Amino acid sequence: MKKSIILGALTIAGLAAGAAAAGTLDDVKARGKLNCGVTTGLAGFSAPNADGEWNGFDVAICRAVAAAVLGDSTAVEFVPTTGKTRFTALASGEIDLLARNTTWTLQRDVDLKFDFVGVNYYDGQGFIAPKELGVSSAKDLDGATVCIQTGTTTELNLADFFRANNISYEPVPIETNAEAIQQYLAGACDVYTTDASGLASTRATFEAPGDHALLPEIISKEPLGPLVRHGDNEWADIARWTLNALITAEELGVSSANVEEMATSTTNPEVARLLGTEGNLGEMLGLDADWAKRAIQTQGNYGEIFAKNIGEETPIGLARGLNAQWTDGGLLYSPPFR
Amino acid sequence: MSDTHAQSVAFVRESAIPQQPAPASAVGPVKWLRENLFATVPNAVLTIFSLYVLYFVLSSTLPWILNGVWDANSLAECREILQGTSGACFAVLTERWPQLIFGFKYPSTEYWRPALAFAFMLLAIAPVLFFDLPRKLLVFTILFPFVAYWLIWGGTIWISIFAMAGFAAAYVVYSRLVGQNFALGFFGGVAAAVIVWIIASYVVPAIAPEQPLLEAVPSRDLGGYMLNMMLGITCVSLSIPLGIALALGRQSSMPLIKWICVVFIEFVRGVPLITLLFVASVMLAYFFPPEQTVDLFLRVVIMITMFSAAYIAEVIRGGLAALPKGQYEAADSLGLDYAQAMRLIILPQALKISIPGIVNVAVGLFKDTTLVSVISMFDIIGMIRGPILASTDWNGVYWELLGFACLVFFVVCYSISQYSQWLERRLATDHR
Repeated sequence: MKKSIILGALTIAGLAAGAAAAGTLDDVKARGKLNCGVTTGLAGFSAPNADGEWNGFDVAICRAVAAAVLGDSTAVEFVPTTGKTRFTALASGEIDLLARNTTWTLQRDVDLKFDFVGVNYYDGQGFIAPKELGVSSAKDLDGATVCIQTGTTTELNLADFFRANNISYEPVPIETNAEAIQQYLAGACDVYTTDASGLASTRATFEAPGDHALLPEIISKEPLGPLVRHGDNEWADIARWTLNALITAEELGVSSANVEEMATSTTNPEVARLLGTEGNLGEMLGLDADWAKRAIQTQGNYGEIFAKNIGEETPIGLARGLNAQWTDGGLLYSPPFR
Repeated sequence: MSDTHAQSVAFVRESAIPQQPAPASAVGPVKWLRENLFATVPNAVLTIFSLYVLYFVLSSTLPWILNGVWDANSLAECREILQGTSGACFAVLTERWPQLIFGFKYPSTEYWRPALAFAFMLLAIAPVLFFDLPRKLLVFTILFPFVAYWLIWGGTIWISIFAMAGFAAAYVVYSRLVGQNFALGFFGGVAAAVIVWIIASYVVPAIAPEQPLLEAVPSRDLGGYMLNMMLGITCVSLSIPLGIALALGRQSSMPLIKWICVVFIEFVRGVPLITLLFVASVMLAYFFPPEQTVDLFLRVVIMITMFSAAYIAEVIRGGLAALPKGQYEAADSLGLDYAQAMRLIILPQALKISIPGIVNVAVGLFKDTTLVSVISMFDIIGMIRGPILASTDWNGVYWELLGFACLVFFVVCYSISQYSQWLERRLATDHR
């Protein structure tokens, strides 16, 4: 008897939660603000500046979604999350979208019940070595000492890589990134390995960045992307196609500078559909016709966002690499706007 | 007689020798050095070794500190100014000073409000800490929490006023009824306060002005060292009375109260603080609908207060246990009831014994407030590890920032410890 009451209560609670989760778009519109989960601070990806304004590569995704849905790229409540709190914050409905350089894995997608809406940064594990060491490839590292953060997937990837190439190495296990950098600079290890984007941004903080080189090998796949809760496909569609709109805009040459002009005078039908002068793609998403135009106008296309936050002109200094458009030999390939 | 001897003895001193100065090795700095630093060979060896260590530490840190750069906009600029010489980049402290103190979201035009609240706080705790001050100052202490809440969070002043009215109503009812029965007075007081607050929850939104005098600042926007101070002060001042109640409850002869207290203390002491904080920040979000959560600051205050109250309860229980049984019997023989005996005889002595332990818990608690950085609240450590180190300008400045955090915590913790030593001397009535 009691058990059935509890089960019934649980069912009702579950239904209520399901009902609440089903209308994220309506919730966001009613609230007038997008709750977006970001990191508590990662150089180039998301960090508040001296005036307390959030900036960065992941932050731009949040702002683009807010611009598309609410028409205002500043209508975002940034909820800083740590590696430990990010998933519960999303699952409990505290945030609507998580853009926190999170690797897309099967377990997170399926078991934790999230939907990854795409990949905004293809990362992978890389190596950094002093130039005076004279190595040009990770395969030259036979017998090297390697600084590595313990308890991470990087540790396992490293072991796999060296075993596959049948070369030996000596790991120097270290707890945190900051500590690893100190050890590496002090010469306690020949090379340091972690995510390539992290290596690049760390190198930017060295006193003499030019003395250190990132080796060309990337030994693991780390596709980072924004994610939403399972079970609200309309909302996932909006996030997915906002990201795709930014990528497509770069492919089609639409930028924040020329979006206004393109919207009125373009002859390319796909640009017209993207910017809402033709067709009713926005309506299908439950938004207005200008949704993608606003996102591009305020944040720029994918290439602009990349260049502004983490590109080669910034202190982070990342090359496009895998994150170039498919037409330039990269992996960015947005489905068509049709 | 003397005449005969005058010839038989070669020399006779006829006047006293003028006083000589003591040998150089027995006075002044030399004596001090000999006695304190070079008394024995092992002492001398240790002295020389310590001097070497001091030199080693200072010769590497002093130039670094003295050569520090105080005016630059980024780490790269700092390094340009230093031109490869060793020197600290203190410019990060000057540039990010408001963020370190107030967090990065507190509106910069409103910084005077927490600063004023801080000044009031010093005024308010003075009569509590130094009981030689006039007792009338306590009126300000009672008003302070409401004033500080209004200053820091802003919004309508009616919230503070009605909160105060609730406590006032509780006090009036309690003092009327407590003559008959303590429990009646206590629960009557609680009921009165709740009634006032329920009325307030309907009245406040109606009378709140559209544009409040002070702009409202949500809890999420609080940060920096201000957050540590707020958490530390709130939790210490709440957990001491709660701890006393728990300690007395644990000794109670009423089984229900006793077991509630025992279970509470043992459970909370058996759980790491970080777990409680995670429950506060993450798990509770599952139990409330997304729009109606309890304020995060309040949740964290409740958890830290529970945690430190359990520890303080055990410290005070130690104080109670140290009192000779005769003190309890003396109170009984004077015909005092339980409340009077506790208030007049037992607790003043037990608390005096417990001071070092309570201070120990308070210092620990104050430092534990930095743990909130792991649940993404931006206290001073959260600010340093998150936004400041992640900005492209300051990525890589570790020593200066963390050293600064050490310094501000040391100042407060050392003051607390000095105060408690003064208090122990002041209350030492038994060894005179």
